[in-house]
Amino acid sequence: MYGEGFFFQAFIYLAAAVISVPIAKRLGLGSVLGYLIAGVAIGPFGLQLVGEEGEDVMHFAEFGVVMMLFLIGLELQPSRLWRLRGPIIGMGGLQLGLTAALIMAAGGALGLPWQSALAVGLVLALSSTAIVLQTLSEKGLLKTDGGQSSFAVLLFQDIAVIPLLALLPLLAVHGAFGSAAAPAGMGEHGSTWIEGLPGWAQTLLVLGSVVGLILGGRFLIRPLFRAIAQTRLRELFTAAALLLVIGIALLMTRVGLSPALGTFLAGVVLADSEYRHELEADIDPFKGLLLGLFFIAVGASIDFRLVSSEPVLIGGLVCALIIIKFGVLFVLGKFFKMGFDQNLLLALSLAQGGEFAFVLFTFAYTDGILPKEITGPLIAVVAISMPLTPLLMLLNEKLIQPRFGTRQNLEREPDAIDEENPVIIAGFGRFGNIVGRLLRANGVRATVLDFDSDNVEMLRKLGMKVFYGDATRHELLRAAGAEKAKLLILALDDPEKNLEMLQIARKHFPHLTILARANGRSDAYELIEAGVNFVYRETFDASLRLGIEVLRLLGFPSYQAYRASKTFRHHDEHALRELATMRHDRKAYISHARERIRDLEEILQEEMQPGTDLKRDLGWDTTSLREEFASRHRK
Amino acid sequence: MRMENKAKSYRILIIFAHPAIRKSRVNRVMIRAAQNLPGVTVHDLYEAYPDFDIDVSREQELLLDHDIILLHHPFYWYSTPSIIKEWEDLVLTHGWAYGQAGRALRGKRLLSVITTGGREEAYQKGGHNRFTIRELLAPIEQTAYLCGMEYLPPFVVHGTHSFRPDDVERHASDYRRLLLALRDGRVDLQAAQLHPRLNADLDSILTS
Repeated sequence: MYGEGFFFQAFIYLAAAVISVPIAKRLGLGSVLGYLIAGVAIGPFGLQLVGEEGEDVMHFAEFGVVMMLFLIGLELQPSRLWRLRGPIIGMGGLQLGLTAALIMAAGGALGLPWQSALAVGLVLALSSTAIVLQTLSEKGLLKTDGGQSSFAVLLFQDIAVIPLLALLPLLAVHGAFGSAAAPAGMGEHGSTWIEGLPGWAQTLLVLGSVVGLILGGRFLIRPLFRAIAQTRLRELFTAAALLLVIGIALLMTRVGLSPALGTFLAGVVLADSEYRHELEADIDPFKGLLLGLFFIAVGASIDFRLVSSEPVLIGGLVCALIIIKFGVLFVLGKFFKMGFDQNLLLALSLAQGGEFAFVLFTFAYTDGILPKEITGPLIAVVAISMPLTPLLMLLNEKLIQPRFGTRQNLEREPDAIDEENPVIIAGFGRFGNIVGRLLRANGVRATVLDFDSDNVEMLRKLGMKVFYGDATRHELLRAAGAEKAKLLILALDDPEKNLEMLQIARKHFPHLTILARANGRSDAYELIEAGVNFVYRETFDASLRLGIEVLRLLGFPSYQAYRASKTFRHHDEHALRELATMRHDRKAYISHARERIRDLEEILQEEMQPGTDLKRDLGWDTTSLREEFASRHRK
Repeated sequence: MRMENKAKSYRILIIFAHPAIRKSRVNRVMIRAAQNLPGVTVHDLYEAYPDFDIDVSREQELLLDHDIILLHHPFYWYSTPSIIKEWEDLVLTHGWAYGQAGRALRGKRLLSVITTGGREEAYQKGGHNRFTIRELLAPIEQTAYLCGMEYLPPFVVHGTHSFRPDDVERHASDYRRLLLALRDGRVDLQAAQLHPRLNADLDSILTS
């Protein structure tokens, strides 16, 4: 067991995070910068609370990246991924190739041998998945065009790490060829199974693992999770989720693939499964903590001694790196016909060195591919370029976008600048789309949140402001403008999601008036209890209209049938509100089915008694008038 | 407060009906002038019952809670917009508003507040509309009579077709003055009955 030292270290890291992140957020810097600053503060050049072991922490914490890709995979259905293939290969490939070539040329100009220059170029072309995705998702930009393109490029880079590791040893100018060492992240631990196998067997093993992963995800994991869910032990589910991620990472490492890529794939396979949300909820805190740890470690690892001894060199290299990467991406964005805003977002977000660079440079140094005089400063350059990214994006958000960004949107569609749409519709399926169309037909602009990527794409083409993603995340609600909106319409297909979102919205945006679609009666009760303002049972109106038609077909005068339905509705909606408060105490021990039967009984019983609202149409009834007339004339 | 002023203070209910309030130029301004006056309740029927699903109990309670009832609406086809007719049919029930047992509205006062596109000259014998407003409002006057209510001459805004914005403002402020005077019992009802409409010479019927 770890001793006091371990706890002391944990204390330092956690304290740094807890203190600096809220401050950074308050200052509008975002959590990534907060963590990085915390790292600098506790690092060897700050308070000197952590020293050499910071590097071990960094390798451990890189597992956060693996988890993050798993989570991203979970949100990406295979069909969506397939649609991204163009940007992944096209944009990703071109980015890596062009950036590497430019850096190589620059290196050559500075007098490096071409092999070393190429190695440096390839390594520096990689960007930081952790920083980019965390920053983008925190700002709610992950689902924008620019965010998606960034993601595509990062995914390509993740894939590219594997051949890169194989390629690097070939670029050694002096010294021996290294072994085909394990890839990034978990790579350092243990050897792989494929070493020493003939080429065909290696390929077979790799392919077999990937196919096994996909098949396992499809057919094995679901029953497994079902069995675990039945134990009703929350922590067991968490353990299983962690086991899954760690297991896949280990397997991938063993067959020589990137663990991040493997878990990403597993996430995609599980994106359709019913356990997706539980998995997300379980893994998310671990991912957050590990990524935070990782950022702290990066901050702590910046070698300020080196920086201060060669400020001009390091500063120049950082600028050159950012400018080259930015330039390549900006040109590529133009080539792929991206809008100015999105293009800027893409280019700025990816203009830094990645965490793989630490691993790869270390590897390149130990294997004698590059000398320490090159890798040392370059590691510092990468480390410095990382915190600059969130800063640059902040600059973009606060200074560049307000001045230059929105103009282009204005030309295209004036109403598309709907930062202050009064209405947010969550769920634009068969229910929400009717609401949305009615609003649109009357000139009311609504911001839409939806999970369905097909819907999202179609609506975006129509010029609507659509956010793709889990509408139950309050960050997404915030990004959709919940702070300024007046009304929130909950029209998701899944009643539980609706309820969850209602609770979140009530908690974070108490000013909103919330209108919700309810599946049925019991659903409506829950929504009422959770404080919805208006609730609409999705089948109620259609059933009533059908009922009117039946009465009419049986010979009731149309208008009488219609009025009868009005009375019924009045009564039923009244009863709904009433029963919602009454049922509470019994709820705990009566099963849902029995509850529903009991509710129906109560409704029917109430209908038997002449309610007060039956006199609603009395004005058209002349019975009492005739009686009075008769009695008067009898006298 | 209420006890002290009871002799002088009346609660006013404005039953308002305009089916297209956003297109209204005059009534919208007038009803705005009536809003937020203490002792005056504005009840917008089209707003409350867009599907004509009138809540009879609620309407009857409202009537019971007030002393002076105003029917405020544009003059459509020499009568009210349809929702007021629906309201009358359903709310003024036999045995409640009229008939042997129907005494709920006795002693209350009723008047119409209407706007017409045509000028006042058009509403008289020999004029384009051949009848006076008072004649055309006979069904409402008789309704008031049957319910035992005191009927007051209408507040009529004529000639809105040719209105300019300051005309509207002038009538709105007259309306507001009348409401306050009715509320505070400062209207000389006997003098008022001599006029074809309450706002024919507002100053002459208001006491201080």
